[in-house]
Amino acid sequence: MSEAIAVAETVATAPAVSAPTIDSRLPYNNAIPGAVTGKWLTETETALVVAPDKLLALLTHLRDQEGYDFLSNLTCTDYQAYKGKARAGVAERFDVVYHLYSTKKGGGHLSLHVRVPKNDTVPSATGVYPGANLQEREVYDLYGIKFAGHPNLRRILLWEGFNGHPMRKDWKEAYFEEEVKPFKSRHPNGGYVWHEDKLPWGKNTTYPAGWDPDSWQEPVTYVPVSQAPHHDAEGELDTESIVVNLGPHHPSTHGVFRMLTRIEGETILALEPEMGYLHRNHEKIGERNTWLMNMPFTDRLDYINSMSNNFAYALAVEKLANIAVPERANYLRVIMAELTRVVNHLWSIGFILNDLGALQTPALYAIEEREMILDLFEEVSGARLMCNYLRFGGVVRDLPEGWQKKADYVVHERLPRVLDELDRMLSGNEIVKARGRGVGYLPAKDLIALSVSGPMIRAAGVAYDIRRAEPYSIYDRFDFDIPTLPNSDIYDRYYIRLLEARESVKILRQALKDLPNGEIMGGKGGYTLRPPEGEVYVRVEAPKGELGFYLVSDAKPNPYRYHVRAPSYINLNALGPMSVGYKIADAIVILGAIDIVLGEVDR
Amino acid sequence: MFGSGLLKGLGITLKHAMDTFTDDRKGVPSRYVDSIKLDGQRRVMQQPIDQEGLLTIQYPEEKRLLPERFRYIPMLIWDTALGEDLCTACGICAKVCPPQCIWIVRDSDAAGKPVARPAEFYIDAAVCMSCSFCVEFCPFDAIKMNHDYELAVYDRYPQLVYDMEELTVPVEYYAALWPVQYAAEEEVRRKTKEADRAKEEAKALAAADRANVATAEKAVRSPEELQALKEQAAARAAAAKEKVGASAGNGSGTASVAVATSTPSDGDDADAKRARLEELKRKAAEKAKQRKDSGV
Repeated sequence: MSEAIAVAETVATAPAVSAPTIDSRLPYNNAIPGAVTGKWLTETETALVVAPDKLLALLTHLRDQEGYDFLSNLTCTDYQAYKGKARAGVAERFDVVYHLYSTKKGGGHLSLHVRVPKNDTVPSATGVYPGANLQEREVYDLYGIKFAGHPNLRRILLWEGFNGHPMRKDWKEAYFEEEVKPFKSRHPNGGYVWHEDKLPWGKNTTYPAGWDPDSWQEPVTYVPVSQAPHHDAEGELDTESIVVNLGPHHPSTHGVFRMLTRIEGETILALEPEMGYLHRNHEKIGERNTWLMNMPFTDRLDYINSMSNNFAYALAVEKLANIAVPERANYLRVIMAELTRVVNHLWSIGFILNDLGALQTPALYAIEEREMILDLFEEVSGARLMCNYLRFGGVVRDLPEGWQKKADYVVHERLPRVLDELDRMLSGNEIVKARGRGVGYLPAKDLIALSVSGPMIRAAGVAYDIRRAEPYSIYDRFDFDIPTLPNSDIYDRYYIRLLEARESVKILRQALKDLPNGEIMGGKGGYTLRPPEGEVYVRVEAPKGELGFYLVSDAKPNPYRYHVRAPSYINLNALGPMSVGYKIADAIVILGAIDIVLGEVDR
Repeated sequence: MFGSGLLKGLGITLKHAMDTFTDDRKGVPSRYVDSIKLDGQRRVMQQPIDQEGLLTIQYPEEKRLLPERFRYIPMLIWDTALGEDLCTACGICAKVCPPQCIWIVRDSDAAGKPVARPAEFYIDAAVCMSCSFCVEFCPFDAIKMNHDYELAVYDRYPQLVYDMEELTVPVEYYAALWPVQYAAEEEVRRKTKEADRAKEEAKALAAADRANVATAEKAVRSPEELQALKEQAAARAAAAKEKVGASAGNGSGTASVAVATSTPSDGDDADAKRARLEELKRKAAEKAKQRKDSGV
């Protein structure tokens, strides 16, 4: 270990480009000489430091030879204000971080750091992993890192005229108060700061130099949409393709979301997702917050599944701060997470059908049981949606009296019945089949390449579920299957959710039966928590896909970096490729079957 | 056969319709089994977990029965036995508050020395995210979550910035709203008190009667009483608003726990409150300045 640290230090101080000696003890250096220049944070989750000019060669090698076929997470950290010791001697300000997994072998991740050289440019990974598309745009938007070779490097969450890159540590929001909470300015000494005194319509907006909001026009025909094939005057009719915006307020876009399409007649030639209308820079807020304060904020990501969000964040912080969780709390977490999965899948089935035109009837039948589960959540946590139930080291409240009996009734009686009923009502329905079969097809290997996760890839025949591939919490104790379906179309994406909900019921039965008595909180994870210096990437199988939290601590009461790998957001990579060639009405359902929540997409 | 899937689906729709119809045919009274009757035709009801048909709660005539742990906006607890606020203005709630929506001003005595009670306490309900961290971390059981969710007003400011008067409720109200938790807290307090008393008795018998403070009555309310108390609290809040209107600039201090039945008029109320908040703001600034000048 100490050897590795020594290596890291010596390499880190030398400029990466001119490093003449290649250390063959570092992994992958035999295959790609000079690719890995050192290790980073060997005491927590070790990451490899990669030379920027060798990045693409290394990624290709990892994908093709080592089986790391899934780019889970791509983000960036600005180390400008970093107070930890590990960063001593590193000149570069930014690290672009990659987390890779193997969907074939399962197991843990490989973490790569690329120190950004002077001109803020790194090679784009989109050529190797097309799934880097949206994530690199996000890093460009929020950090200003340019990715050479990215096909469509535009801002994604913020608008074109936004001044600055808000996730940089030296960027301050309008009416900036303090770097971190608790804000002293809102506390007595020195009087009040009233929100209303800071009118948000005043000097709230600044523009980059030379940018004029009045004369600027948004480019409508940009890369993917303008490159769509045109069919000039084909056949008898003189047709012409046109650009149509679906959204941002179209009711079927599941929130404020826009699909920019180029269509010819009813057929989609190209489609580009446009988002950011609900962007509130969750991550910047997260870095101002203390570790614990982020817990209720995670509820607001995927607001259908607050329990899973809590779960992922709690697991990440527990790993970082090394907090043990008592047995009963583990069971309670699994129970809540699986109830949430049932809620989400019922909701999603209902609204796939809604998008298909079966307006409200299946949706309302599906969410009848959802209401029962939300009642259970409310009884235990105090809220139906924003549960805020988990804490570092356990859960906050024990079950109230009679809860388990009710939960047993719901799990044993109602849920199997409603799932069977939905199956009877919908699966054989000729219209569902006609609209769903063969629509929105994308082969499994494309989905993996586009970093799509969750039910989407399982409906394409990839039996990949993090609960099995890299079991977290106590999922290795339960007996459940990972259902897969072969066709990768709308129908299978509907049906896979039904099957998964059944598996969740199976887990719930076991967990409710085995629920032990005892403590519900362990460790010291209160509001003064200061995890040791380090970084961690933890992901869970959230109902919508792979939900990951990438956290960096510099041993302060606030997270240094808090990044959410949001499944809805990254699954949108596949929206364009999946919709091309289908009708507009199909694109609506294709979006519905991805199952997005804009709270999580826009963060 | 083509179309059989459709027919099967329609059969399920029909079954739902029938179930709902039968539920309703059992008559309106059975819809209200275990429900709580309020004034007029209003009811608080709960969907039975084995309900077969679809149940629609006709809000606002009918309301859902909220579970004890329901959390909405915090409230401050007024100890009626001791006649004082339980809050000591320690400021932990303000520190742990994720959106930082709590403002506290510590009170000071005539000499300008800070004392352990709040002079002012504000919660910006428009910012509050109902996470209940303030409740979790309060060492004095002085702040709890209220169930009252009908808070709609015309203006965010100043109506949604709640001051101490609007936030304070008597401990009986809390005990009725959160019976299980209150009983558990009482149990803890009783044990601590017993332990203290045993210690003191062992020390000196003379101190015994001083330690023998009458323990607060354990209040377990029926749902009817609970509702009644909720209504009372609403009326009280209204009364407090009126009172504020009448005595703008009167300063903060004692929280009114009197029950009144009058209703507020929104326009005057808002203006009065704005004026009073301005006054309070000015006073607090003055106080802060004094404290600064005197070097405390």
